[in-house]
Amino acid sequence: MATQTPPDGAAERAGGPAETGPLRPAATFASGLASSRRTLRDRLASIRGRRPDGATWESLEEALLGADVGVATTMATLERLRSTADDQDIVDADELVHELADQMRAALDADRSLHVSAPDRKGATPVWLFVGVNGVGKTTTIGKVGARLSAEGQVVVMAAGDTFRAAATSQLQTWADRCGADLISGSAGADPSSVVHDAVSAAAARGADVVLADTAGRLQNRKNLMDELAKVRRVADREPGAVVETLLVIDATTGQNGLSQARAFAEATDVTGVVLTKLDGSAKGGIVFAIEAELGLRVKLVGLGEGANDLVDFDPDSYVDALLGADPDAGVPASHSPEQARPGD
Amino acid sequence: MFDTLTDRLSGTLRGLRGRGRMRPADVDEALAEIRLALLEADVNVGVVRRFVDRVRERSIGGEVTASLTPGQQVTKIVNDELVEILGGSPLDFQFAPRPPTVVMLAGLQGSGKTTAAAKLAQWCKSQGRNPLLVGADLQRPAAVEQLRTLARGIDVEVWSEPGDPVACAAGGLAHARQTGRDVLIVDTAGRLAIDVELMGEVARISDAVEPHYTLLIVDSMVGQDAVATAEAFHATLEVDGIILTKLDGDARGGAALSVAEVVGRPVAFASVGEKVDDFEQFHPDRMASRILGMGDVMTLIEKAEAVYEQEEAEAAAQRLAEGTFTLDDFVDQLRQLRKMGNLQSIVQMMPGISDQVRNADIDDDRITTAEAIVLSMTPAERVSPEIIDASRRARIAAGSGTSSAQVGNLLKQFTQMRKMMGGMMGLGSKRRPASRKAGRKRGKGPTRPAGSSRTGGGRTSSKGGPSSGKLGTKPDGGGIDWEALDLKLPGR
Repeated sequence: MATQTPPDGAAERAGGPAETGPLRPAATFASGLASSRRTLRDRLASIRGRRPDGATWESLEEALLGADVGVATTMATLERLRSTADDQDIVDADELVHELADQMRAALDADRSLHVSAPDRKGATPVWLFVGVNGVGKTTTIGKVGARLSAEGQVVVMAAGDTFRAAATSQLQTWADRCGADLISGSAGADPSSVVHDAVSAAAARGADVVLADTAGRLQNRKNLMDELAKVRRVADREPGAVVETLLVIDATTGQNGLSQARAFAEATDVTGVVLTKLDGSAKGGIVFAIEAELGLRVKLVGLGEGANDLVDFDPDSYVDALLGADPDAGVPASHSPEQARPGD
Repeated sequence: MFDTLTDRLSGTLRGLRGRGRMRPADVDEALAEIRLALLEADVNVGVVRRFVDRVRERSIGGEVTASLTPGQQVTKIVNDELVEILGGSPLDFQFAPRPPTVVMLAGLQGSGKTTAAAKLAQWCKSQGRNPLLVGADLQRPAAVEQLRTLARGIDVEVWSEPGDPVACAAGGLAHARQTGRDVLIVDTAGRLAIDVELMGEVARISDAVEPHYTLLIVDSMVGQDAVATAEAFHATLEVDGIILTKLDGDARGGAALSVAEVVGRPVAFASVGEKVDDFEQFHPDRMASRILGMGDVMTLIEKAEAVYEQEEAEAAAQRLAEGTFTLDDFVDQLRQLRKMGNLQSIVQMMPGISDQVRNADIDDDRITTAEAIVLSMTPAERVSPEIIDASRRARIAAGSGTSSAQVGNLLKQFTQMRKMMGGMMGLGSKRRPASRKAGRKRGKGPTRPAGSSRTGGGRTSSKGGPSSGKLGTKPDGGGIDWEALDLKLPGR
């Protein structure tokens, strides 16, 4: 029986040969979202240049709902837009879409910086902890973050804190090898807290710049597993480590459950930011509006593919533009994707 | 949010009840709430639109059933539609006459394919089959290793070879034939529906192994995009059925409806936990109620109706009305209740039950205890429990392996219950013809002693304690506390 070779095809296919630039330009962000915007643009195209009427509002509502923005947020957003439209006497649907884009951008206006050191705990080894439900892409995200920080010249140690899922450690090992990071792991089924603690201690001993700690995916309604996660965070924050970022990884295909996820993980682990993954598909991740508004959690990073470079900073302007297709020609290369089937009909 | 939703929906439908016929305005009002419920459950916005249109047509257009109130009728239509879409033509999973039966799994990254592959293999084993797993996900680091680890736990062989996934899958098929495996389960790499290259690859894998069943893996937390994904996979692979994963989470799982609707194929299996055994054939009726946030009221009612034989019910109702309800009847009711199934699963079907209660550990032992106590009584004692004195009580306790206090407790509850029910039935008989009593009894009798006061209001009812149930509304003498009754479901 044959064994598996490390799959390099993914990186080449999705990201091109690896020059590990830390940041990719916004155009890439937009092109990653190009597939998302098409459907929405199609929908909005029918209302452009016309006087807003009932059908206009219905199209806007369906556009937002169809992007997973959610019922409550959609209603609130359109309510606000409606009152602006009344106040400013907006009579053109195009203008309405622009106003909507402005308001959505404004809603996302916030500090999204990532912390790489603990200012109040000098000498402590900074830890980034990655949490989230099963299958959102935590391990892949760590691999990409590791590649990015390594490329910036940081010495990275990875902690294989997912001791539950079969072969999770091997998966992370592959990523660690790719970017030259050290991986600290325990045996299968080991206590994740102790694995993370070992990694932090090892990193401190080696004088590493940052520890990237993986955790097992868990559904947020599993209380014992959430307690376990809270413990992992506490232990990671103990000497010689200091947790400087707890990043909640959310899959862009997630619907309204994303809010429930954010709420539960924030409660258990004091989440400092969100990584929105798989935004290169046709999903739009609109649930982040509710997460930002209701919980004040900021999306800091965005995953756009399986390659080592497919991780970029979240850019609200590009995100909203891409989501609404408000400015259709803004530096977006023609998509090579096939015409997406339209959600709905 | 869900509780409010449940309230809102049942509130609307309750408002509809009691009116003679369905007016378009009533229907629209209810449908507006149902639309929001579906959207909040992540059903695709286009699917919701079509769904609501269909229900409106059916509701207003007629189909007036004499026995149902308008509210019940709308609920029933909504429920029927949902069940129809989710599993109207259930996937009849047949093992091929000429083995191996080939099953291919496909889906987005992170939807749970590898885990589902192992779970499906375990399910096949439980059906007496001898499956082979093929690890054709050569893309995600360590995916094959993950499959091997899972497979080791269930003692199933894994075939994989590096390089080309198409060749790997074909090799697996050849290996299965050589080694006499009767089921072949092919795990494939996760891929985005818009990735032309990878969709082509999965099509070639499909061509190579010619699967009997192509199953699309859908994460129950997925939102609006489920439709686009399902359409693309269906166009490429001709999906036969759906496996819904991570259903043990708290997502409402509207994606199941979206996908089943656009693909026109049923959900075949559901993955309901992290263990390999947490995998079952899908129940469309339960899912319909989950999506609506109503609990599985319909199933509960139908179960109750099916189990509780009409004659028994009528006889018991008669005795209740006459105040001659005996301990035998009482035990009978408890047995009927148990026949409906595991108490935990019944509670899970009830609407408006808090997670705390839903997840509470409920055992059936307390019914067994009550049964034992009554069975240790003489026939005379069962008919006239008032003759039971301290010495009889001690004898009964010894016979049933309980304590005198427990026996006393049960008798106290029974007396209260008989008093209350007798009073109620008396009240009822003033308003209703006698024949209706049996009907009421039939629907509610079995569930009532289980403390299921929450279902009391009928099909659409949810939430609300005793006050929403007719039986609990104004007990004679007032104030019987169902919650306090020791015979109520433990865990309340």
